[in-house]
Amino acid sequence: MAVALVLLSACDREAREVRGKPLPETAVAAQTSQLFPAGGTAGPIDPRAKMYEGNAYHIAEGGRLYRQMNCVGCHANGGGGMGPALMDDQWRYGGRMDQIVASIDQGRPNGMPSWRGKLTPTQMWQLAAYVRTLSANVAKDVAPSRSDTMSATYPPTLAKPKPPTDSDPAAVKGPAR
Amino acid sequence: MTRARLSAVCVGLSTSGCAGVQSIAPSAGAHTSAFNSLFVVFLVVCGFFYLLVIGFLGAAILRRRRQGEDGVPALFRVWVGLVSLSLVGLALASWLTDRAMASYGDKGPPVRIRLTANQWWWDVEYLGANPSEAVRTANEVHLPIGRPTLIELQSNDVIHSFWVPNLAGKQDLIPGRTEDIALLPRKIGVFRGQCAEFCGAQHAHMALTVVVEPEAQFRSWWRQQQAEAPAPRTPEQLAGMTYVTTRECATCHAIAGTTASASVAPDLTHIASRKTIAAGTLPMSRGGLYAWIADPQGVKPGAHMPYIGLEARQLDAVVAYLETLK
Repeated sequence: MAVALVLLSACDREAREVRGKPLPETAVAAQTSQLFPAGGTAGPIDPRAKMYEGNAYHIAEGGRLYRQMNCVGCHANGGGGMGPALMDDQWRYGGRMDQIVASIDQGRPNGMPSWRGKLTPTQMWQLAAYVRTLSANVAKDVAPSRSDTMSATYPPTLAKPKPPTDSDPAAVKGPAR
Repeated sequence: MTRARLSAVCVGLSTSGCAGVQSIAPSAGAHTSAFNSLFVVFLVVCGFFYLLVIGFLGAAILRRRRQGEDGVPALFRVWVGLVSLSLVGLALASWLTDRAMASYGDKGPPVRIRLTANQWWWDVEYLGANPSEAVRTANEVHLPIGRPTLIELQSNDVIHSFWVPNLAGKQDLIPGRTEDIALLPRKIGVFRGQCAEFCGAQHAHMALTVVVEPEAQFRSWWRQQQAEAPAPRTPEQLAGMTYVTTRECATCHAIAGTTASASVAPDLTHIASRKTIAAGTLPMSRGGLYAWIADPQGVKPGAHMPYIGLEARQLDAVVAYLETLK
């Protein structure tokens, strides 16, 4: 039974859902601020998050898009430059999967363009999953064990996870996954 | 399945059965004919010696060595001489063929092409005498008959291999390196090239159409490819153009003469003038365009063209516009 479960989970990791997840791919409504005027907490995470982030195919596709869509132009290979670093624990608009997707979808002030209508929701989820590997926040068995680009840091399978911290006022509390 | 599609699939499956657009037997290029001659030389020489060895073996079985008979028989010396002579001859034939193949690129001013392999399509750039003559297309190469063509080969992702059995091949395309290959087409026709190095899920759907045509026809094709995309004529085509140039399509594709200028996917400027869609996956037709744009992942699972989920009216408009891009 246990062996069967292990095998099944391995299948999940490798499954190639080329059309994306069979869930309504509507606009993302993620909570990106820590301010709750009437009290409260960040809402529950979109169920798609775990499925994209737990799949090696989606992460690899995200990596391809990260390079092809010129994310490197501002964020470098995670180290940041004109845009903020993506490999650290500081997340201005939240480091949860749905929050990253919201940032890609809506765009952010001072340079981050909105990709709504330019990328499909599936591609945004794939990009977000890849971005999460830069701070080693995806499971080690789905993270790529080597980098496709020059890198002075450890590959995601060896790096220490850097979950979003409270030190950033805009970072949302709670574990990332 | 249409007849054209069926024959395309058939040709993909077999290189010997269908003597047609993808076959090594009827050589349409100087390289393949040189190579085929060399093959015949090897076949004859090696076949002759094979029969000789079998003959000797039979003789040895029938006639065992007699008492008091030893030393090297005279016939043995003849045998060694014959083998040495043949080996030298084969090496010489091979060397001469190799030299001849390497020199085809020097015969007259060549057509220069830069071919970049991607998962799973071919990016084609014609390098003119100056940059204003340059032409960009995808998955289809036109060559003038009797003129050498120099192709620079590059890869953007993994190792691919260039192979047009009727003309020449193979030459691997290795990421980070520039390889080259020369072609000298000698027969007019439409041939099919195929990636010959396993390169991922859709390796089989990575074909290259090669059209060999007379010089005049080639020049008019080049001129036509240099033109910008025509402006839309009907409201539906205009709607299609607006969608293509402002939404997901323009994120990856380019259409000369419009704002779409990305370069991670095939250039669409003259897509309707090509013979196939998605690197030989579908024939170029209205139905093919509908099928490909509506659900690329159903046609070619894993291809990097995403499923967008267009509404029926948007799909009609996009297809109507793309059909005008001759």
